[in-house]
Amino acid sequence: MSNSILVVGGGFSGLTAAIEAAELGHDVYIVEKSPFLGGRVAQLSKYFPKLCPPSCGLEIQFQRIRKNPRIKFFTQAEVVGLTGQKGNYTVNVAIAPRHTAPHNVDFSFLASTLEGEATSEFELGLAKRKALYCSMPFAFPGRYVLDPAALTQSDKVKLAGNQFVNLDEAPKAVELSVGAIVVATGWKPYDVTHLSNLGAGSVKNCISNMQMERLASPFGPTAGKIVRPSDGHAPQRIAFVQCAGSRDQNHLNYCSYICCMATLKQCAYLAEQYPDAKITVYYIDLRTPGRYVKVLDKVKASPNVSFVKGKVADVVQGANDSVTLQVEDAIRGEKLTLSYDMVVLATGMQPSLAEAKLPLPVPVDEDGFIIGGEEAGIFAAGCARMPLDVMRSAQSGTAAALKAVQTVKGR
Amino acid sequence: MATRIGVYFDQQNIGGGLDVAAMAEQVRGKWGDLTPVVKVMPVLAAAVEEIQADVDAAKLDGVLVCGASPRRDWDQYRFSGVQVERVNLREQCVQACKTDGSASSATLLALMAQDYVNMGVVKLQKSEVPEPAAIAGVRRILVVGGGWTGLTAAAQASQTGYEVVLVEKSPALGGKAVNMPRTSPLKAPWTSIQDSGLEAKIAGIKNDGNITVHTKATVAKLEGQPGEFTATIMVDGAEQTIPVGAVVLATGWVPMQGSYLESMGLGKLPQVTHMAEFGVMLRDGNVKARRVAFVLDTTLAEEEAAAAYARAANDEQPEAPAAKAGEQAEEELEGPVFVKEDLESYKHLRYSNTVNSVAALRMANVFCDQNNDAVQAFIIYKDMMIPGILERFYKESQNRLGIMMTKADVTAIQDAGSHVSVSCENTLLGLDFDLDVDMVVLPTGLVPTTAKDAVMQFAYRQGPDFPDLELFDGFTDSNYICFPYETRRTGVYAAGCVRQPMTMDACEEDAYGAVLKAIQCVESADHGVAVHPRSGDTSYPVFNFVRCTQCKRCTEECPFGALDDDEKGTPKPNPARCRRCGTCFGACPERVISFANYNIDQIGSMIREVQVPKDFRKEGPRILILACENDAYPALDMAGMRNKPWSPYARIIPVRCLGSVNAIWVSDAMSKGFDGVMLLGCKYGDDYQCHFIKGSEICNRRKENIAETLNRLGVEPERVDQFEVAIDEYDKVPGIIDAFVARITALGPNPFKGM
Repeated sequence: MSNSILVVGGGFSGLTAAIEAAELGHDVYIVEKSPFLGGRVAQLSKYFPKLCPPSCGLEIQFQRIRKNPRIKFFTQAEVVGLTGQKGNYTVNVAIAPRHTAPHNVDFSFLASTLEGEATSEFELGLAKRKALYCSMPFAFPGRYVLDPAALTQSDKVKLAGNQFVNLDEAPKAVELSVGAIVVATGWKPYDVTHLSNLGAGSVKNCISNMQMERLASPFGPTAGKIVRPSDGHAPQRIAFVQCAGSRDQNHLNYCSYICCMATLKQCAYLAEQYPDAKITVYYIDLRTPGRYVKVLDKVKASPNVSFVKGKVADVVQGANDSVTLQVEDAIRGEKLTLSYDMVVLATGMQPSLAEAKLPLPVPVDEDGFIIGGEEAGIFAAGCARMPLDVMRSAQSGTAAALKAVQTVKGR
Repeated sequence: MATRIGVYFDQQNIGGGLDVAAMAEQVRGKWGDLTPVVKVMPVLAAAVEEIQADVDAAKLDGVLVCGASPRRDWDQYRFSGVQVERVNLREQCVQACKTDGSASSATLLALMAQDYVNMGVVKLQKSEVPEPAAIAGVRRILVVGGGWTGLTAAAQASQTGYEVVLVEKSPALGGKAVNMPRTSPLKAPWTSIQDSGLEAKIAGIKNDGNITVHTKATVAKLEGQPGEFTATIMVDGAEQTIPVGAVVLATGWVPMQGSYLESMGLGKLPQVTHMAEFGVMLRDGNVKARRVAFVLDTTLAEEEAAAAYARAANDEQPEAPAAKAGEQAEEELEGPVFVKEDLESYKHLRYSNTVNSVAALRMANVFCDQNNDAVQAFIIYKDMMIPGILERFYKESQNRLGIMMTKADVTAIQDAGSHVSVSCENTLLGLDFDLDVDMVVLPTGLVPTTAKDAVMQFAYRQGPDFPDLELFDGFTDSNYICFPYETRRTGVYAAGCVRQPMTMDACEEDAYGAVLKAIQCVESADHGVAVHPRSGDTSYPVFNFVRCTQCKRCTEECPFGALDDDEKGTPKPNPARCRRCGTCFGACPERVISFANYNIDQIGSMIREVQVPKDFRKEGPRILILACENDAYPALDMAGMRNKPWSPYARIIPVRCLGSVNAIWVSDAMSKGFDGVMLLGCKYGDDYQCHFIKGSEICNRRKENIAETLNRLGVEPERVDQFEVAIDEYDKVPGIIDAFVARITALGPNPFKGM
């Protein structure tokens, strides 16, 4: 019997669940697949509705982890096996090698001298990264990770003999005893290559909303300057296409909760950088739940932003890397062909478990959302359960922590 | 007070730009017996065992780690029974010191590093391990409100092993959920209405031996602190006092006044009602209508309300002064009288958009169920506000024969004899039309109970209500996206529609979360540690009452209302209400408040430890930067890391919050000869980012007084300034520092320098 708790996923919901449970006196293990904690929110430039930086809240979460020895986390780690039952599980975790010293070393100079590069997952394909890298300035833990596959032969020579690099580090396996499990595996942006009528990812300067976050981010590939990826030009005419994949039974059979608010936020990014830029938002419904309507009011007050209720039927490449949209205005009943400097697809969120499978007894629905597991002491939190924004993910993570605590209490 | 400090230099993280051996020698020479162990390590992280051995052998009581930022490798340097302090020689010194490779700039870097190390030694010397102020936490949760959220909270707190006292104002449990026996989906597959299960929920509460239910009861008073609150409950006219550890506030909402919807026919046409009332009619089987329109577009009402608001604002102006004078006279006689401002407004209608869209779907389904689909429900919306997974419920309802939905701008709702006519424009059908129905159902505005009343009745120095509720239009919400449960009153956690309008499934989840926070707060009080955001902190403010002049500044300025006072004005600390920001000691002109490991003398001593050169022209100015450790300090780390250095004349001291900055530190800096003081803190205003809510704003107010004082002393007030820095503005912050240094350089030396 164990009163420890396993949290699968170190994004905002998982962090919240882990920290809240640990601050109630439980030992908690976080198992995170990527090399750093923070998940999707770490990629965002700002949060709606306050337009405040996500690293602000993450920093507090990381401080709470630093101060609390009850929280242990494993990065580059995956749950590979589970035996036992509620209250008494044995979890097998496989940890991929980081290939760097287990303490902080400033590799920035060394990394910059390496030749080998790979496409940056963190920058969603908008930039390359070195083989030795930290995904972002606030990366936590602040320790570089080495991707040997991206090293060139001369890179290997350069690294040979470095006392803080170990190219031969082997994978590790650990076994954890826990009484309850929180699954906070989160989401990924819906793959635009599935959206054939919206260019299927092949139209230049037609980007996803998550890519827009990277362009706007002070530590993104353009240091926060929103420009066209193809030529670095400042966009003057921009369109947002809402529900790119969402609310469509052929793609995502639900509303992704955040895309309308994300677009309004991104309108604010653009208005700040380009006060004269003209923006059009094509939507089915503008979903601004609760007090978020205030954000809509603010954006609507701008004469340069217009909202058109209508469906975008086609996205194709125009002249000079522009993007041509075919739009049906649902109110006027008109069909229009319009050209933009840049188009943002408000792509929806797909639960990570839509494709990846976990070796845990948690049933998922046809979209990949978790719909059970509670009787086994396994609780879903955040976007693994349903599409949510950050505030509601925090709420959901806290709720899941309580359920996990109830399961292990007194054991 | 650390008296035997081991000082360790981490060569690997400091790099080659500094003569570390010389620095170690400086420490030995200057501090002597205070630092019996001074070592330079090639890789400090690899020498943790050696440090522990030194601690044991040399009986060290402090360890000073000089190397990377304290935000790095926190887990490597945990030594039991010893105070550990970090000197940031990497990110905020070697990487941050703007140098040009010349001999003089190497000297400037060495001076900066030396100052930081000496400041670190003094910091430890003036720091004690805090003894936690633990209280025997009462493991009983007070749940206020017996509706859907409150019932869930009570059941869950009990299931976690806590006693519960549930207080409900009305004679029966269930709240508004009583009117929704068939509710919107509460679980997967999220497609159809379902039984709420309210009766079973209530029965579970009544049969739970851990839960005491009081109906016809309200909270008359909450006093004390988390872990040992005393709640006075008024039950059916009689008072009871109950010790409780923490509170879940789930008092929900009341329907908005009908008058806001008059322009849409409510109260004028008998066939027009609103969701909450229609829900009761449905429940009781009293709906005779066959054609019902749910009108979700409330533009008509909003425009009318906005116009009325503007008219009222115009009319109000003349008579104000006379009333003010009267109020003041009364205050002088009896002290300030609390008057609750009614925060209800037409905005609550808009904030209830999702709840009403979901309610329209729910009621349309119930209506069709009751009549075997032989009726027609119309839902007329501007935007169907069904975010997230409930889209599936929306989709499923679209397929229902009896439900017709269309987008439209509703321009009029009028009596048309035997029926009501709803004028619709800009529809998706390509034409405008008048819809004739038997009944029109308008949205209900959810007005949080806390917009109307001070429901908790805090017996606190700062008054019975939550402060600044107008920022959230009366909702007891957190301003934090990341930390939704934080209120301004420690130990009281809001859940459900009193926090935000939310659907039943979200209310349930919210109740779970609030229960966790409440329990966590009791346990934290029991261990004598702080809750969010300095969770686990064992320090707390200690008052030296002998010197207190009862000026009341600390009790008035605490952002959390943690301090009470007696008739004379002597503060009464409540450690379990305290968040440990230090705003109280920043306020105190007599400097009687301190934390064991963070206090006025400690920071003042660090300031005095900086070597300020006498010759401003030759050796440059010195600038003190007091930086908020939550946002500004990490931003400075990032700047250093990203090779964005700043002036070698700056010296940074992290503070818990700018609210904790005491004016004496500025005086200390000025008399020491510093030429300027920069305060770097979080954004303030309505969208504040300060983790202690008011700290940076209060600091800015105090700054005005400080500047005035300086002015009287003949020091230019421009020498002290505050700057707002968000955590991601690391590329800007070096420029802010350099511009300030340039400003000071232009001003010339501090007139007190060398005196």
